Amino acid sequence: MEAYLDNSATTKPSPHAVSEMMRIFNDVYGNPSSLHGLGKTAEEELSKARNTVAATLGAAASEIIFTSGGTESNNLAVLGGARARKRRGNKIVTTAIEHSSVFESVKALESEGFECVFLKPDETGHITEEALKEAIDENTILVSVMYVNNETGVIQPVDRIARIIKKKNAPALFHIDAVQAYGKLPIKVQKLGCDLLTVSAHKIHGPKGCGALYIRKGVHIVPLVYGGEQERKIRPGTEALAQICGFAAAAEEIGDLKKNLEAVKELNTYTLNGLMKIDGVVKNSPDDALPYIINISTNAIKSETMLHELESSDVYISSGSACAKGKPSHVLTALGFDRLRADTALRISFSADSTKEEADRLIEGIKHGVETLVRIK
Amino acid sequence: MKEIILAKVGEVVLKGLNRKNFEDLLVKNIRRKLHPLGAFDVKASQSTIRITPLDDDIDMDETADKVGKVFGVVAYCRACAVEKDIDAIKEAAVEYLRDTLEDAKSFKVESKRSDKKFPYGSPDISKIVGSYIADTFPDLEVDVHNPEVTVTVEVRDMAAYVHANAHEGAGGLPIPSGGRAAILISGGIDSPVAAYMMAKRGIELTAIHFASPPYTSDRAEEKVRTLLEIVSDYAGRIEMYTVPFTKIQEEIKAKCPEDLFTIIMRRMMMRVSQRIAEQHECMALITGESLGQVASQTLGAIACTDETVTMPVFRPLIGMDKKEIIAVSEKINTFETSLLPYEDCCTVFTPRHPRTKPKSEMVAKAEAAVDWDDMIEEAVNGVKCTVIYPK
Repeated sequence: MEAYLDNSATTKPSPHAVSEMMRIFNDVYGNPSSLHGLGKTAEEELSKARNTVAATLGAAASEIIFTSGGTESNNLAVLGGARARKRRGNKIVTTAIEHSSVFESVKALESEGFECVFLKPDETGHITEEALKEAIDENTILVSVMYVNNETGVIQPVDRIARIIKKKNAPALFHIDAVQAYGKLPIKVQKLGCDLLTVSAHKIHGPKGCGALYIRKGVHIVPLVYGGEQERKIRPGTEALAQICGFAAAAEEIGDLKKNLEAVKELNTYTLNGLMKIDGVVKNSPDDALPYIINISTNAIKSETMLHELESSDVYISSGSACAKGKPSHVLTALGFDRLRADTALRISFSADSTKEEADRLIEGIKHGVETLVRIK
Repeated sequence: MKEIILAKVGEVVLKGLNRKNFEDLLVKNIRRKLHPLGAFDVKASQSTIRITPLDDDIDMDETADKVGKVFGVVAYCRACAVEKDIDAIKEAAVEYLRDTLEDAKSFKVESKRSDKKFPYGSPDISKIVGSYIADTFPDLEVDVHNPEVTVTVEVRDMAAYVHANAHEGAGGLPIPSGGRAAILISGGIDSPVAAYMMAKRGIELTAIHFASPPYTSDRAEEKVRTLLEIVSDYAGRIEMYTVPFTKIQEEIKAKCPEDLFTIIMRRMMMRVSQRIAEQHECMALITGESLGQVASQTLGAIACTDETVTMPVFRPLIGMDKKEIIAVSEKINTFETSLLPYEDCCTVFTPRHPRTKPKSEMVAKAEAAVDWDDMIEEAVNGVKCTVIYPK
């Protein structure tokens, strides 16, 4: 059996999610927009799924738009949000450690003439309230900050931002990329005070190719694609019903967040204890990071080499973020790490199902790698 | 109206008594290349290879494309075969070439008559067909010096053929008239180009790739397979041997001076490659080196690697600039794949300041710290073979 500790890259779909998808593929193949009975059955399934996903966020079903995943939701929120408000200001505030789907979208807006601010984190990876207060002003139309950083697990102070926007009288939409927090931390959109919030199915044991964007009632954004009436015309195109129902099935199984968090916290401590005994290993995640993610550097073995070494004993983790595929991580670079530390960084990410046995195999593998592989200088 | 393809044989014609052998090879290679598309009649005569489809539903666009990739074909054109009757010929010229002639501004007609029993001489054929075309397309001008379209009429023994401008073929010589040689392929831009260039001269390729897991990944090897698949579109079937190279690299890193790492590694690769090449009846090694491109490709370094083998080493890119190499790699379609960012011989091992003018005695002395024979033996015996076919 493999030790799969790369759950922030993707998770294994749950049997329930898979069987739900198969059921829809086989039995509910109608187009939810069709007027006949098959269409109606499909529409009912779609609406059930929307209710389920909405409930996990404390949102109304009408506030959920299904998309093709986290990247699309982030693009839609950033590009669609900024374009909808461009008459009210010109400034966009985000951070230097966002996922590339936010980062690159904001870069695109920058080239369209928006003034874009990429806030740098402090040495522990946190975006400070002070920095946010300084950046957000009356000209700011969009603030986009991630809930949990995908590489380090740092939890950002997203619950403070709505207040800052209000105080500053900024005409800004507030977007949270909650992909890495979803199913791990409690998310209540009302409490967070956000206008837009991104989640993805495949990080919570659902299928790839499906995600959602929460759009607060009354908030208007400009679509990225044009077509029919689906998803309130904000995201037209025939709905990927099977994936959406697979998403809902996985969302139903999220379970007791508090209990899961306790268990993962214990596993995190156990794993770190083992890893820190290895000569040269340093921790890159701060103590208050989400325990589901551990980022370390071996200061000896190139990330990619270590990855393939672990792979040979069926242990799977990540180097930096999986989306970067070998490029130096912009997040770790923003944290001001030296070359060696950035080049030897590893990300271990748990799911609620991860075990001590998997952690033992990981520790053993990294230890063996550090002792036997050729070091970089 | 039956469409065929006429492939012109170039350099092959020059090969004296060997000409028949070359032509036979070329016919065989064209047959093999076209086999997946359906049944064809492929025959050589008068330095032209005539390719006639025997099934009705054969895609002639694809056929022409494939003929254009067979080494030994200098030019090819699609032609219309008609009965040897002057009225049929002029009708065919207008109908078959209608699209081409409608878009053109000027034309001329050239005729060749090898069947002397045909009642019209070449100049007469040109005149009759030319005036018929000019009457049919009043906007089209006759220009005998610099025409946009040259309509060619060939009256041969079996039939007459009408065609317009020819396309450039792949050139070179038919495989395997040049014998068999082994390409050392890494996954970069250069080695696939080197492989293509030698295949063009009629070489049948064997490929040798060095893998160093866990420093290199499966994806890097997969990338090399993809590159060879593209090259095999020209070169035909390629046997690829993947050499387990980790141990040797680790040993060099541990026991030899850092600034000589790359040069010693190259020497080991050459030694291992020669052994594998001999096992598979290759008569030469091929590398993608270009003089001075990197530290291990200076004249001194090349002399230093060359002395480890007795086989000839072909370096078809030796005098080319990077820009010229990239132009070929874009032409043969390997460029984009070559750019994929996987580790190949791995940056972990690359010295910070490699020596650019290594002396052979110095390198030999540094190497002597280790007994390499067993490790080379182990690498040679550990090869894994994958057979690459064109897609």
